[in-house]
This record gives sequence, structure tokens and C-alpha cells, in this order.
Amino acid sequence: MTTLRDILSQGVQMCLVLLLAPLLTGFVRKVKARLLRRRGPPLMQPYRDLIRLMRKDVVLADNASWLFRVIPYLMFAGTWVAASLVPTFGNGLLFSWSADLIAIIALLGSARFFQALAGMDVGTAFGGIGSSREVMIASLAEPAMLITVFSVAMIAGSTQLSNVAEFMGSDAVGLRVSLGMAFVALTIVALAENARIPVDNPATHLELTMVHEAMVLEYSGRHLALIDLSSQLKLLLYVSLIACVFLPWGTAAADAGVVRLGLGALLYLGKLVVLGFLLAVFETSIAKMRVFRIPEFLGAALMLALLATLLRFVSGSL
Amino acid sequence: MIAVALWSVAALLALAPAGVVLSARPRGSFILYGGCLIATSTLCVTALSDLLYFPYLTPTATLPIGLPWLGAHFRLDALSAFFLVVVNLGGAAASLFALGYGQHEDSPGRVLPFYPAYLAAMNVVVLANDAFSFLVAWEFMSLTSWAMVVSHHREAENVRAGYVYLLMASFGTLALLLAFGLLASRAGYDFDAIRASHPSAALAGMVVILVLLGAGSKAGLVPLHAWLPLAHPAAPSHVSGLMSGVMTKVAVYGFVRIVFDLLPEPVWWWSVVVLLVGGPTATLGVLYALMQRDIKRVLAYSTIENIGIIFTGLGLALAFKAQGLDWVAALAFTAALLHVFNHALFKSLLFFGAGAVLEVTGERDMEKLGGLIHRMPKTAFAVLVGCVAISALPPFNGFVSEWLTFQAILLSPQLPNWGLKLIIPAVGGLLALAAAFAAACFVKLYGISFLGRPRSDVAASAHETDRFSLAAMFALAALCLVAGILPGLFIDALAPVSKAMVGNVMPHQTGLEWLTIVPIAESRSSYNGLLVFLFAALSGMAAASAIHRLASDRLRRAPAWDCGYPDPSPAIQYSASSFSQPIRRVFGSVILAAREIGEMPPPLSPAPARLTVDMRDLIWDALYAPIAKVISVATERINTLQFLTIRRYLTLVFAALVVLLLVVAL
Repeated sequence: MTTLRDILSQGVQMCLVLLLAPLLTGFVRKVKARLLRRRGPPLMQPYRDLIRLMRKDVVLADNASWLFRVIPYLMFAGTWVAASLVPTFGNGLLFSWSADLIAIIALLGSARFFQALAGMDVGTAFGGIGSSREVMIASLAEPAMLITVFSVAMIAGSTQLSNVAEFMGSDAVGLRVSLGMAFVALTIVALAENARIPVDNPATHLELTMVHEAMVLEYSGRHLALIDLSSQLKLLLYVSLIACVFLPWGTAAADAGVVRLGLGALLYLGKLVVLGFLLAVFETSIAKMRVFRIPEFLGAALMLALLATLLRFVSGSL
Repeated sequence: MIAVALWSVAALLALAPAGVVLSARPRGSFILYGGCLIATSTLCVTALSDLLYFPYLTPTATLPIGLPWLGAHFRLDALSAFFLVVVNLGGAAASLFALGYGQHEDSPGRVLPFYPAYLAAMNVVVLANDAFSFLVAWEFMSLTSWAMVVSHHREAENVRAGYVYLLMASFGTLALLLAFGLLASRAGYDFDAIRASHPSAALAGMVVILVLLGAGSKAGLVPLHAWLPLAHPAAPSHVSGLMSGVMTKVAVYGFVRIVFDLLPEPVWWWSVVVLLVGGPTATLGVLYALMQRDIKRVLAYSTIENIGIIFTGLGLALAFKAQGLDWVAALAFTAALLHVFNHALFKSLLFFGAGAVLEVTGERDMEKLGGLIHRMPKTAFAVLVGCVAISALPPFNGFVSEWLTFQAILLSPQLPNWGLKLIIPAVGGLLALAAAFAAACFVKLYGISFLGRPRSDVAASAHETDRFSLAAMFALAALCLVAGILPGLFIDALAPVSKAMVGNVMPHQTGLEWLTIVPIAESRSSYNGLLVFLFAALSGMAAASAIHRLASDRLRRAPAWDCGYPDPSPAIQYSASSFSQPIRRVFGSVILAAREIGEMPPPLSPAPARLTVDMRDLIWDALYAPIAKVISVATERINTLQFLTIRRYLTLVFAALVVLLLVVAL
């Protein structure tokens, strides 16, 4: 039954991911800077960037079409809806049944589809190179992600993220080899999907290896702000996903009280800090790959995921 | 009901000779396509009402034509009704499109008489209830479509396409003929008698292989797909849409009718064969599609992919049914049929879009297009919907059927059979790859031809297409969205078909809260396209209005930035082949034997550098080329028999007579 509490919980979740997403990006940037012995921008810098961009005029290329102007909103909407369906502090999401894990991936796929189209709209060489490489990366990352989902869903007996999280939090899981493989695969996919080092570099501009930045090169003003916010939401989504599937401890149950929810929220923040820190450490300790090394990197994820699924078929307990 | 259907088919058949007369008149094509539109709409409505309101009645009719002792039997059960809906929805859309598009046909006399006959043939295949009518209609369908494939016969490419098509169609019909021969050896040609007979397991297995060859070659299963990307694009675009969107579905119908209905309970290894063909078909089809630069050829290859997805669903249904898990079989079967319907919608839509582009620019080559979104905004919008739908992205319909197929795959650990346990995850992986490739393929198709800057004068001077064509495209686009956000309605409509074919149905969907779809149980998985669509639309609009009101809504135009190096030449843009270069390099080096040969001129030489890309269809090289070689060598040898003296001919005749007499005597 739908109650006010469920609606409130879902609403809080939607606002929470929107508000936390720039903070996570800011945190990762800060840690990376500190690891490189730089002082780094303040934690709040991503918010300031977003606000500044929103206030600026949009400078639109002469031959940009209507699609180019609509795509930032489509990307933002798709990513936001997907991000608000991943359990963060509590499992009792009102609309979690409206899209399962496969649908969440497909929603992100829609956002990427439109982003790649946007790269080609103005008809510049940079946009084309970005889109072309993005679809190459996606053509490996998406199947790897789907098969990882298969293996997790087969263990949990559901593709419904709330149910998966609940199952992972229970004692029925145990220690499984296939889950370990799925975790590694999901991490690799998350790095690729979020344009992080070693697949892409979120900090570069004007470098031939850039992928994400090349696609959005022609965007400015509020459009760019929305696209940046979507990528920050996507990073938060993946970190939350890893947290809720592989670190499910402390996530409040569907019928938990306020105290329990508060505790869940605190633990969730803790998980974000830990995973964000690990991401920063990983990124500073590894070099960017050449473009045609990426397929090998992602191929490893694909194989691991497939192996995890096969293990599940071979034995129920592995 | 069946009387209305048969009368409409008769009307279509009557329109065929009328087409000869009408093709000479200035408004002839308009009248003919109008007639086809009325007849197919009638058939579509009849079949739909039959499927929705009387799904468990199976009216039959017998006409005194065909074999004298048999007559022609027709039957309208739930399966036929569903495929009639698909055929005639596609037929009606194509006729509506052709009301405008058909006006531009150079030689209407080569298309108009065959078009209604082709529609009628497809309907008769679906309605037939005996092997003779089925095969005659099947062959008629092949021949009429062949006639339209070679309608632009002055292009050498089309003639070759027609030749390969004719060969493959004859091969397919031969395989089906043998399959029915095996079945009829005990029961006769009537489907009812075949159903009642119980063929042995070995015989049934042979029939399955033959049907997979026969129906599979028509549907475009790898490795029997070679004709499809040649023939489908060669026909006029509305016929291409019908061939890809509808005729491949008639082939699927043939497979389902024989394997699920006429044969007894399946054996597990049937599903292994179907899955091993279906999964690779999906991935290879779309990988080939990615490498093409001709719009219509991309679409034809993508049809192969979707047929692969459908056959994977059917293979899963066979696997589960063979192991007695008929509730999962119902899920896989419904997923396959839903994909049949969905693919008919978006593939027709995309072929119509390609036809509209072809009509105003005269170009099918993506490298000569670009920027059409500015000059053909309405077509561009409809095609965009088709591209999103075929890439299996929510909230459109392609996603729903793929999602259901994935749900069936996720239930496969329940199968006791080890062979299947190992094959099904691999097939799942292939489907996942195919889905990702499909998105890449349609980003390329749309991005190169509709976005960017025009790459040729014809693309720069394009204009919007006519209103009939637009109406057909928008109707299909709207259906894509409706089927995507209200899939429960469509799943429920398929319940009687699934009940009749696999003996069980998916849970009833339309009664569920918010029109969610729940394939097994709510604790397992659920999807609500309507809510996802509403949420996304609302949050997008909320973001837009908030930003415009609170932050800034100013906008100014300026030259493109391009990191400070904008080049005015449109040739600087990514082209179709450069777009797919990374994927070609990663996946194509083995599967397509793709090689890039770069030629650099010596230093200081003004000669241009050249890049040649060499790709081969290895299946063609390994399977078709040797057969063609053997036949050509053999015919070369036999050819000498045509230049003998009369003495030798007499000797040959005498020798043949002696040999025959010996055979008879022994």
C-alpha cells in the first residue's frame, strides 16, 4: 500500500541523489589533488561550477538542431530517474518496481544514445571522434554490465534492485566466488561508464584520447551544466549500486523507523566516502590507456562476468 | 470472421490484374494502393477482433481449389490471427506510405500488379490449413516479391540480388516441401490430420532441421542470410519495409506453426539447434549492419539481428517446454511474439524513413547525406523514434520484448539439462552484445544521415516528404511508443496464442496496479514503461522550466567551437566508415577479416594518401563460394553434352534406356 511515508522516502531519495552527486565528484577531485600533493579545489566547487554555468548564456553552434538543445534535458531526466531507483539509505523505494536493474541499465543506455547523437549534431570532427569511441566502449561495457547483472540476479533470484539488496544483506548469501568476479567486472564497467582513468580522463580537454569531453565540446551554459550534473549523477549511481549490492550492510529495511533510516543514511555517506577514496587512489595510481587497449580491459570484465554466470549455472553455491 | 478474411484476400488478388491496367493511368497507383489499404485494414481489424474477442474459436473454411481430392483448407486460430494482425498492420502502413511514395515510381507497371498479389500471398500462408495451399502461397509470396526486387532491373546490382534471392527462395521451399513430405507420408497434407498423427522422434527431428532450413532461409538466419541484405534493399522502399518487417515474420510463422503446432512435444536438442543458430544470428547480423554505409542495407542486416532475437526466444520456449517448465516457455514464447510485432513496427517505420530520404535526395549512401534533420524535420523525428525503439531503449517497445527475453534467460538455471545450462548463458551474452551493437549501429545511421552538415548538394537541398508518407511513419512511431508504455495490453492479447502453442500463459497483466508488467512474480522482476516514461518526461520538463525561470534562458548563435579549429568543409566530419572504425578494428579483424591498408605517398610528393578497407563476409567465402564453384565447374563439364553429334545423342538415349530397363528389371 502506498503511504505518505513511502512517497516521502522516495522524494527524499530523489533530492538526496541530486544534492549529493556534485559533492561526490568534488570529494574525489579533492582526494586526487591531495594524493598529488596539490591543495585542490574546495569540496563545494562542483556546485559553484553548476550554478555559474546555469547563469551563463548558451552559445549555440549555428547549425545545431532542435535535438541538440533537447538532449541535455533527456540525458538528465534518464539519469536522474535511474539514480533515484537505486537504493541508497533504505530499501523501501516506492517506485523501485517500476524499473528493475536491467531497465536501469537501459535507461542509462538511452542517455548515452542521445549523448552520442549530440556529439554528431554539429558536424565537427571532435564530436564525431567522441561519439565513435563512446559507442565502441559501450559496445563492450554494456554487455559486461548486463551479464554481471545476470549473475547477481541469478544468485538473488530477482532483478529487482530492492530485493537484490535485501537478499545481499541477509545471511543467505555467504561467500561466493561468482560474486567476487561480478564485483571486479562491475568495478571495471563503472570506471569505463563514468569516463574515469584508465579508460578516459575526466579532467582533460583538448587531447586526442578524450571521449566524453569530445562529445560535449559544443555545449555551453545551462546545457553543459545539465550534462555535467548527469555525469555526476551517473557516478553516484554506480557507486551506490556497488554499495547496495556488495556492501549492503546497514541499508534500512523497507519498514524501518526514522532512527534506522537516519543510521542507514549515515552509513551510506560512509560508504560513499570509502568508495570515493578508493576511486581516487586507483585513478592516481594508474596511467591512462591507449584507446585500443580499452577493449582488452573491458573484455576482461566481460569474461569475468560470463564466468561468474557460468559458475552459477554449474553450482548453486559457488 | 474467416469469410471476411478470405473475401479481403480475394479482393487483394483481384487488385493484382487491375494493377496492370492502373499502372498506365496517371492516378492509377493512388487507386491501387488505396484499395490495398482498405483490404489490409479490413483484414487487420478482423484478425484483431478475432484475437481479442474470440481467440478460442477456430473457424475453418474449405474451398474447392488446389488438389482435387483435398481442396484448399483455411483456418483462423489465435496464432493465425496474431500473424494476420502483423502482416496486415505492416501491409496497411506500407500501402498508406505508398499512397505518396508510389507516385514517384519510374515504372509502376513493374510494381503495381505484384504488390497486392504479394500481400494476398502472405495472408494465405498464414491462413492455410493444408500443406499444399501453404506451399503454393509460400512460393507465390517469394515470386511476387522477387518480381518487385528486380523492378529496377537496369541496375546490375539488383539483378544479381534477384538471382541470389530466387536461388535461396527455391532452396527454402525445397526444404519445406521435404519437411511436409515427411509429415504427410503418414497423414496426408491436411494440417488437422498431421496434428493427429504422431510421427516418430527421429522423423520429427528431421522435420525440425528441414523447417529451420526452409523457414530460416526466408527469415534470414545465419548462415542462410546471404540473400537478404541484397534483396531487401533492392526493392522499392515500401516493399523493402514489407519484406523486412512482415515477410520475415511470415517465415517465423511457418516455423512456429510446424514446430510448435504440427509436431508432437519437443525434444531438448531441438532447442539447442535453434539457440545455436539464433544467438550468433543476432550478433553477426548487427555487426554486419554496423559496417555498412548504405542505409537500406544497414536496415536489412539489422533485420537479421532481430530475427536472431526472435529465434532465440523461440529456442528458449522449446527448451523450457521440452523440460516441462511450460510457464517459463510461455514467457519466452510471448517475448518472441512480442518482438515479432515490435520489429514489424519499427523496421517498417525505418524503411519508410529511408524511402523518404531516397525519394527526396536520390541517395541511399550515408556518406552523401547529413543534416537532414534541418530540411526534413518531421521525417527526422519519426525516424529518431524508430532508431530509439530498435536499439531496445526504454520507454519504447523494443526494450520490452528484449527485457522479457532476458527474464526468460534468467530462469534457465532451473533447466536440468547440462548442455542447455552452458549454452543459454552464452546465448544471453550474445544477445547483450547484439543489443549494445544495435545502439551503436543506429547512433551511426541517425548521426551520419540526419545530423551534422550535409555532405552533398542533394542532401543540402532536400525537402520534407509528402503527407501520406509522414502519416504512415507517425502512425507507426505512435504505436512504438504505445507498445512500449502499455506492454501489458499486448502481452495479454498474446495469451491465447501462447496457450495454444506452449500450453500455458503468462500471468494476467492488465489488472495490475499502474499497468506494470510482471512476467513471473513481483518479487522477481517488474517493469512499468508508463511510469518510467512519465517520470522521465516530468523530471526533464521540471528541470527545463526551473532552469529557464530561475537561472538563464538566453541563447545566442555563433560558429561552431570545435576546440578552436572549425573547418568549413563538411568532409571534415566523421563519415559512416570512420564512425565504425573502432568497432571494426576490435571485432571485425577476425569475424569480418577486416584489414586497413594505408598508402602514404613518398615525402614531398603531392599525391594523396589513401586508405583502403578490405572486408569479407567469411560465411559467403566458406559456404556459398565453394558451392557456386562446384556448380559452375559441374555445369561447365555437362555443357559439352550440348555439342555432341546426333550419333552420340542416339547412343546416350539408347544407353539411358538400357540402364532404366535394368533398374526396373532388378
